[in-house]
Amino acid sequence: MNPIAHSPHAHAPISVGRVMALVMLALTPATLSGFWLYGWPAVNLWAVSLLAALLGEALVLRLQQREIKPVLMDGSGILTAWLLVLSLPPWAPWWIAVLGSLFAVIISKQLYGGLGQNPFNPAMAARVMLLISFPVEMTTWTAPQAFARAPGWLESLSITFSGAQVDAIASASLLGHVKTEFTRGIEWQQAMSGYHAPALWGGGAGSMGETAALFLLVGGLFLIYKRVITWHAPAAMLAGVVVPAMIFSAINPAHFAGPLYHLLSGGLMLGAFFIITDPVTSPNTGTGQFIFGLGCGLLTWIIRTWGGYPEGVAFAVMLMNAATPIIDHYVKPRIYGRNRRGVSLEPVKKES
Amino acid sequence: MKLFKLRGGVHPQGWKELASEREIRILPLPERLFVPLQQHVGAPAQPLVRVGEHVLKGQLIAASQGFISAAVHSPTSGRISAIGDYAAAHPSGLTAPTVTIASDGDDRWLDTDVPADPFLLTPEDIAARVGKAGIVGLGGATFPSAVKLNLSRKNNVHTLIINGGECEPYITCDDRLMREHASNIIEGVRLIRHAVGAVNVMVGIEENKPAALFAMQTAAAGTEVKVIAVPAMYPMGWDKQMIRALTGREVPADGRSADIGVLVHNVATAFAVRDAVRFGRPLVSRLVTVSGGAVAEPGNLMVPVGTLVETLFGYCGGFSSKPARLVLGGPMMGMELSTINVPVVKGTSGVLALTKGEIGREQASPCIRCSSCIRACPVGLLPLQMAAHIRAGDSAGAVSQGLKDCIACGCCSFVCPSHIPLVHYFNFAKGELMEQERGKLKQEATKKLADERIARIQRIEQERQAAAAKRKAAREARELAAKAGTV
Amino acid sequence: MITAIASLTILGAILGLILGVAARVFRVEGNALVAELTDILPGSQCGQCGFPGCSGAAQALAEGHAPVTLCPPGGRAVALALAAKLGVEADVSGVQDARPMIAEVREELCIGCTRCFKVCPTDAIMGAAQQIHSVFREACTACGKCEAVCPTESITLQPVQLTLHAWYWHKPVTQTTIAA
Repeated sequence: MNPIAHSPHAHAPISVGRVMALVMLALTPATLSGFWLYGWPAVNLWAVSLLAALLGEALVLRLQQREIKPVLMDGSGILTAWLLVLSLPPWAPWWIAVLGSLFAVIISKQLYGGLGQNPFNPAMAARVMLLISFPVEMTTWTAPQAFARAPGWLESLSITFSGAQVDAIASASLLGHVKTEFTRGIEWQQAMSGYHAPALWGGGAGSMGETAALFLLVGGLFLIYKRVITWHAPAAMLAGVVVPAMIFSAINPAHFAGPLYHLLSGGLMLGAFFIITDPVTSPNTGTGQFIFGLGCGLLTWIIRTWGGYPEGVAFAVMLMNAATPIIDHYVKPRIYGRNRRGVSLEPVKKES
Repeated sequence: MKLFKLRGGVHPQGWKELASEREIRILPLPERLFVPLQQHVGAPAQPLVRVGEHVLKGQLIAASQGFISAAVHSPTSGRISAIGDYAAAHPSGLTAPTVTIASDGDDRWLDTDVPADPFLLTPEDIAARVGKAGIVGLGGATFPSAVKLNLSRKNNVHTLIINGGECEPYITCDDRLMREHASNIIEGVRLIRHAVGAVNVMVGIEENKPAALFAMQTAAAGTEVKVIAVPAMYPMGWDKQMIRALTGREVPADGRSADIGVLVHNVATAFAVRDAVRFGRPLVSRLVTVSGGAVAEPGNLMVPVGTLVETLFGYCGGFSSKPARLVLGGPMMGMELSTINVPVVKGTSGVLALTKGEIGREQASPCIRCSSCIRACPVGLLPLQMAAHIRAGDSAGAVSQGLKDCIACGCCSFVCPSHIPLVHYFNFAKGELMEQERGKLKQEATKKLADERIARIQRIEQERQAAAAKRKAAREARELAAKAGTV
Repeated sequence: MITAIASLTILGAILGLILGVAARVFRVEGNALVAELTDILPGSQCGQCGFPGCSGAAQALAEGHAPVTLCPPGGRAVALALAAKLGVEADVSGVQDARPMIAEVREELCIGCTRCFKVCPTDAIMGAAQQIHSVFREACTACGKCEAVCPTESITLQPVQLTLHAWYWHKPVTQTTIAA
């Protein structure tokens, strides 16, 4: 007979697999838009990345002599690879995706003890590793084009798997371009001339998922509606970028980009709604998540404005991941009948 | 009326419709009743009867002993057939001291002391009568009610809150009681108010019980009792949650509700108080909800204390399908029973036979730190961190995170997407800490005994030596005298 | 060069002086730790740890020759207290070990010899010559001395029966998904 079960004898119809599935569903519009903008090479990269994550995780579980199926079925490995591939240049060679996915699931996740134990967001850790190790491949961007004008499926295989150069449509990302121009002392108006203004549906060159700000926003709002994530971290991160951008661009519009440019470019939307809301690496409480998001936003803006790299979301997230334990240590909910410091409230004297 | 903001809580599927429309039925008198001596918080009652003795319904069979304890009365007339250990309504499956009564079928009441007008009794007298009737908190806490009344009177409580929350899914006994006996409950409420001298009297009822709200509002019309709808959420019936909803105040963590001038009683307790004070009838039966997907005809039964759970299911048509789990109480805080041969006690609000689908639990997977448990916790604890400490064998660490403030309501386990048995961890740790505490006390007692023994042995040795020295001195003196005599 | 040598020499001299003064002023007579450890131990001198009495065990603990889990009658509580005092990690999982025991007299075998009564370190046995002895459950530490001296095997250690009061939930079993 089964051992006696402890209460409660009822459970909410929710599971880790369901949470992961909802997040993937929320990512789908942005991903499809990425496929449409960048064509078959993007699809290939996505597939390769997910496959590598699954195989890598299976390998580690096998080495640990743990049961493989329940861990793979929770969907966390797939989601990690998915988030990573959305932050890669869409026409990157296959080995970039494979290396990134394996790094994410094996080194950033399983080596720390598996799901729930990793201090750093695996997708962002992998992206940072790739960016530092393979700067050329990681910054070779492709201008977006409608699916019809993109290379056919066979051609796409050669782009993804044999590294065929397609010089004609290589392009700098908007953030990279603006950074270069600012560094050269070129002013904002001039730098932007001839460049598409960033658009909600994805205008400038960039990674697969970063260009579709509108779709990411829709996905994020869906997750908030479904109560998979809360508003605290995303709102704080966006505020952390927009507020300083507004102040500084108002002071000196020639040398500081405006809030709309920051909002719609780079990985900000992806980061705000899908990366920093990763429960494992973010603080526990709403207030903590707000502080965390604000830190991510400010660091992103600082790195974008003064840092050596054009984009700062991945670095900002990792820096704030490192601060998560200390945020959790200081920001705790108040316990019923106690004050914030945990001391019992005083008895109330009789009124009348 | 303005309600105050609450935090945490969950909204489990209610399942109330299974039994809420079933009128109260009176269970036919069982042949044997198994009445445990401890059905309350505090010291067990001391049996006063002998095997073979004949008792009447309502006769005292075990007296309360100590400050916090409650009397136990015979639920029917009959003969005491055994006094000894019997299976307890407890997940451990252990036994507890129990008085077994073989019913004589007459169900004859003891002559009771009926006051002319209970509202002319002094507050002290009401509390004494409540204590004499063995009334305990019927919401599930089973704290002796008279102790609470006396404490509240001494603390000059100004607000009396009657808890009609009944937030546990399935359970509908308070709901039915309020619909069918509203005026009796209100009279009980007014008696309690009289006993503690409260100024404000509020009855909080969850808004998902409109019929009960209406019945109670009608019955309370023209009295000082205010009936208030509170949000339907779990754990609304947690007394401290109800206090916060209605008064906006929080009970200090180290104190009692009387410290902020509030007394909380359950509606069923108020009903029992009325029976005890107006008719002198002790608490010998209670309303029990029999429900769950595996029960053929769920219902609400008026049951003598000591009836076997088996009898209840039998009266409700048995099982329509094989139950996956039998639960005593509600699904959120109730206990799984390994056998249905256990008696209903004063604190039993329901017995459930649940199907696999209703339990809905899967194997536990790792914590993803989603903090659903933190948002669900009505106390403001960090369940995920407490469980991590306990899992690593650090119960003391969990205490520093607030383990002792945990009320084991089960919200965290309910919402956990990883299906981690969080409350199980907390109750394990609480038990372990209590055992350590007992060990420490025993250790200190042992040490004292050992030291006393050593001191005693030394003292005896010293006395022996002193006596020997004295004898020697006496002998020498005698010898000296003898010598002197011969010279 | 000269200044460096001079300054270091002076520094050394001053620090040495402070050390010397401190050693005299803060001198501790005897080993205070042994006394504190003895206080934690039960003091029933039962000898189950293999050391001569509780002070012997405390000495061994202070010198690091004995594990904090050495005291069977003390159980988990003492092991944890010792570990806290010594600042070491205690693996108490193995201590909870032996089920709690208690001495019980089988009355049909007791001849009233008073031997157990005399050796009991906590005065937990009541009795007199030619009378059947009995055990105070609260005072018995299950040290086993009485069992050893009983000529008729009347007094033995028996496991304590679990009561509702003492029962608590077991630790949840963590489902480690090890492949079969």
